[in-house]
Amino acid sequence: MTSFKLNGKQVTSAAEPDTPLLWVIRDEQGLTGTKFGCGVAMCGACTVHVGGKAQRSCVMPVSAAEGLEITTIEGLDPKGEHPVQKAWQELQVPQCGYCQSGQIMQAAAVLKDNPDITDAQIDEQMTGNLCRCMTYTRIRAAVRQAATAMKGG
Amino acid sequence: MTRLSKSESGSLALSRRGFIVAAVGTGVAFSFLTACETGDPNAPAYEPTQWFSIDASGIVTVNITRAEMGQHVGTSVARILADELDAKWEDVRINHVDSDPKWGPVMVTGGSWSVWQSYPLYSKAGAAGRAAMIEAGAKALGVEASTCSVANSEVVSGDKKISFKDIVRKGGLTKTFTQEEIDALPIKAVDQRKLIGKPVTSLDVVEKTTGAAVFGIDAKVDGMVYGYPIIPPTRNGGQVNYVMDPAAKEIKGYLETVVLKDKSNTVPGWAVVIGETWWAAKKAAEAITLEYQPTDTMEVSEKDIQDHGRKLINDASKGVVLATGNTNTAPVFRAAKSTLDAEYTTATALHFPMEPMNALAFEKDGKWEIHTGNQWQTLVLPWLATALEVPETDIVLKTYRLGGGFGRRLNGDYAVGAALASKAIGKPVKMVLSREADSKFDSVRSPSVQKMRMAFDKDNNVVGMEQHVACGWPTQVMIPAFMPPGEGGTPYDPFAISGADHWYSVGAHKVRAVSNDLANATFRPGWLRSVGPGFTNWALESFMDEAAHKVKADPVQFRLNLLRAEGANAGSAPNSVGGASRQANVVKLAAEKAGWGQTLPADTGLGLATSFGQERNMPTWVACVARVNVDRATGRVKVEKLTLVADAGTIVDPDGALAQMQGASLWGLSLALHEGTEFENGNVKALNLGAYTPLRMSDVPELDISFVESGEVPVGLGEPATTVVGPAIGNAIYNAVGARLRHIPITATAVKAAMS
Repeated sequence: MTSFKLNGKQVTSAAEPDTPLLWVIRDEQGLTGTKFGCGVAMCGACTVHVGGKAQRSCVMPVSAAEGLEITTIEGLDPKGEHPVQKAWQELQVPQCGYCQSGQIMQAAAVLKDNPDITDAQIDEQMTGNLCRCMTYTRIRAAVRQAATAMKGG
Repeated sequence: MTRLSKSESGSLALSRRGFIVAAVGTGVAFSFLTACETGDPNAPAYEPTQWFSIDASGIVTVNITRAEMGQHVGTSVARILADELDAKWEDVRINHVDSDPKWGPVMVTGGSWSVWQSYPLYSKAGAAGRAAMIEAGAKALGVEASTCSVANSEVVSGDKKISFKDIVRKGGLTKTFTQEEIDALPIKAVDQRKLIGKPVTSLDVVEKTTGAAVFGIDAKVDGMVYGYPIIPPTRNGGQVNYVMDPAAKEIKGYLETVVLKDKSNTVPGWAVVIGETWWAAKKAAEAITLEYQPTDTMEVSEKDIQDHGRKLINDASKGVVLATGNTNTAPVFRAAKSTLDAEYTTATALHFPMEPMNALAFEKDGKWEIHTGNQWQTLVLPWLATALEVPETDIVLKTYRLGGGFGRRLNGDYAVGAALASKAIGKPVKMVLSREADSKFDSVRSPSVQKMRMAFDKDNNVVGMEQHVACGWPTQVMIPAFMPPGEGGTPYDPFAISGADHWYSVGAHKVRAVSNDLANATFRPGWLRSVGPGFTNWALESFMDEAAHKVKADPVQFRLNLLRAEGANAGSAPNSVGGASRQANVVKLAAEKAGWGQTLPADTGLGLATSFGQERNMPTWVACVARVNVDRATGRVKVEKLTLVADAGTIVDPDGALAQMQGASLWGLSLALHEGTEFENGNVKALNLGAYTPLRMSDVPELDISFVESGEVPVGLGEPATTVVGPAIGNAIYNAVGARLRHIPITATAVKAAMS
């Protein structure tokens, strides 16, 4: 049994300890906004926040989540209006949308740590998140817009 | 398949019948009548095919038969209808329908056809709805219908008005249109459009930012177990000798392993490991030992396939020549003052959609339900019926959002694996492929070999051209009835050759499509975003540049000289008005925008390529200029900027059109420089992101994309930009450092080798 906080709620998982957190979140806890892409932490579709930091949930065993605070796309903002989400909506970033939960979670964590992010840093921090529809130019612009919004500008 | 899609597509066929407006339980339904519903009053009760409805709250719901895979197709199609209906955009909703045959005999989302094919149908449906609302509104207001107009979901006559909502609430609305009346309904002039071509919010964006959007992989049903397929070493001919699972039995949650028996031969040699969780099934799969029968293709390599293609091209008895007019090139080449020959190749490319293939299958009350993301429901239904040994009418496909289509999900073969696993164990099976399995089971873009030839007279005028293309033929393997005839009536796969039948006036012109039977045997060739032109235009546009340099002409001027709107290239109404002159126009515009002819820093070059899109009779005119810098020491290519100009006729959804051009052009860049794998021992070598490396954000160049303003027929935009970027980059590399590249993906090693 593993206990952790998921989007602010205490949960207990009966999954085998080596089960990746991704599958616990999706199939046991029923939160399907977090996606499976590559299974080897190289596409970023499964990105969640662990203690506020971006983490690839497809390679994190659930046992490692014991006592930690996990946030998924569903818990990022109660109304889905986090500045990053709003920027994504305003710039109409998503195409197929499959990678976008991961992109948004990555961007939200990066901007929290570095509100004065440079363009080069946006590329560097976001390049681990693959977007197969290649919405990259809009992701870039949306991260910049969200950064401005989060600084109150 | 254009030829086919025009004559057999469900949408166009249905548009030739009547239309009915009828009050239903919750509002008013607007439906086209299908054939059996138009005549005999004693015919059995009918269910008209409902294209949209308006409920008592005034909400307009548009039924969409196309798969949503990122192109916001529902938004585009709904907008066409809502514009003619004069509905308020905020009140418009979209509903993606299931695979019921009433939607037409062919349900397919691909080929960049959706907007082009939907336009006539949905605009007429909207116009009919508008006429019905005016009639009912006029009656309610006590005025003549001729005094009424519609705006923002309201019927207005002078200072009186009534909303759609109130018209629906009054009830009793019924109206039938004959086909003649439908034909006579006026469609709005361009300057009266309120939604088409104007910025509106896509209807599916918010849910894709909150995790609420439901994809195939999110489908669930009570009592389901998880399936993890073990893919055999080769795509075809697989047969399992034995399965040993004692180690798997130690794994908690492992249930059993089933070797599928597939009469449709869609998933030969599949074993599906069943678990209480997906993770348990995966771990068990890794602990299982299987032995397979050897297959004929278990040692086939990429080189074997390509060498076989070369052999076929050199055998004049193979292949099909397309009917492009004067195809008798031999005398022209014999009489030519000079000729140019080159071979172009492309490597195997994966679809690699972000969402691995998956399907949930189960039988309930004698009917099979298949829940999955799919681009072509009517292709997979017969396979499922054969595999499950039930009639097609006992199978319903529930279509979900696609985590990337790009043509992979046109071929719904994966659904057969889930269905057979469920049938074998008698429980609902949720099957999800691992990424590695997804790559091994992909319907890849076939590697291709192309032989290019051009003949010139004494004044260096182009007098003849040949393009011979050998590759795997997806349509031949999956649905041969869709192949149109070439010269002599022999069928060919248009998706393996389109693009070569270009709009340049080159005199005698032979376009020859050759099916590579070794490719077809080794794997199941797929349709990959931009299909044929993805490789034919790579060869064509690189070769055009070679030809220009050979005769010491400017590559832009050389193209303009050949893009003459005359003869077969004059164009015709409605789809290709203006013909080659519109392609010449985008070439000129792109060159001007990119500063063609300017002095550039050392080892930096501009290269241009152009395309007419996917198919000659649905041309989307595109041109691209790439600006690259080449590091001479390493051969590394940096793409600094892509300038693209497109003429796609009327732009229905400007922001969506821009998004498609952005994505498609970066796909072209990715395929040209970053992707590609090879066959080794009968299957693809690259299985996951360590080895297969699509474009990432850090390599995205500046994009300058613009559209030609046009009131012509709207054509497709999902693919055309993909095919111009590769050759534009290749040509730019040549202009930067004098290295001519004839293979994609272009590697630094190849650039360095070509420089010396």
